[in-house]
Amino acid sequence: MNTTVPAEWYLILSAALFTLGVVGFLIKRSLISIFMSIELMLNAVNLSFVTFAHEWHAVKGQIFVFFVMMVAAAEAAVGLAIIISIFRARGTLTVDQIDLMKL
Amino acid sequence: MHLVLFLIFAIFALAGAVNLLLQKHPINSALSLIVVMSSLAVLYLLLGAEFLAMAQIIVYAGAIMVLFTFVVMLLNEGREEKTWGSRTAKTLGFPAAAVLLAIFAATILRAGRHYGTISLSDGVTTTQELSKVLFRDLLLPFELTSVLILIAILGAVALARKDNGEA
Repeated sequence: MNTTVPAEWYLILSAALFTLGVVGFLIKRSLISIFMSIELMLNAVNLSFVTFAHEWHAVKGQIFVFFVMMVAAAEAAVGLAIIISIFRARGTLTVDQIDLMKL
Repeated sequence: MHLVLFLIFAIFALAGAVNLLLQKHPINSALSLIVVMSSLAVLYLLLGAEFLAMAQIIVYAGAIMVLFTFVVMLLNEGREEKTWGSRTAKTLGFPAAAVLLAIFAATILRAGRHYGTISLSDGVTTTQELSKVLFRDLLLPFELTSVLILIAILGAVALARKDNGEA
């Protein structure tokens, strides 16, 4: 039994995860949950990179995902440090209360 | 077999992502994000990317999410309070998200006629092939990422330490 799956299904899954990440970015009110939604979007894009790498038998697509992972690790470290210092300065992570720069 | 595995882990990934949105407490969101990332690792394996599947588990589900849960527990922020935006935002926002998904799906399905199908017998991209490209053709970008990560560590330490502390 060796069934096949069309490549579009993987791409549709990737698009659905990305959209859920966008929705989370917009409706979440905790800074750290918003940051997790960004990670979800990065993961969704990685899935489509891997699908296309498989589709065109290109190793470079997988290398790109590798680099995205490295940059995401760096981004998570710096982003969480910023979140810690915001919490220390303001005592909250609710984005509605961290709006000093809003016009 | 491939179809069954794909469906199971696609449903896991989608359910985890939806749960991430619905949960009020950040720690529950973080745990459902781990579910999403682990199911994506299995999907990478189905696509023949064995190295990336392991890196996904170690780097994403391991390192990055440990960082997230650590920060959530360190700050102990508690439940997020629900502040709903204006009615315009609610009536426009969800249709806008649906339109975004529809645009993606339409583009993919229009282009997708030319794509092939994926099966388990397609073979894997071995770590050997991957490292040949990475360490021969792309050595400079690879070394640059190590500098980037070093700078990110320094930046994280500089940002997170107390101002009056002696470092």
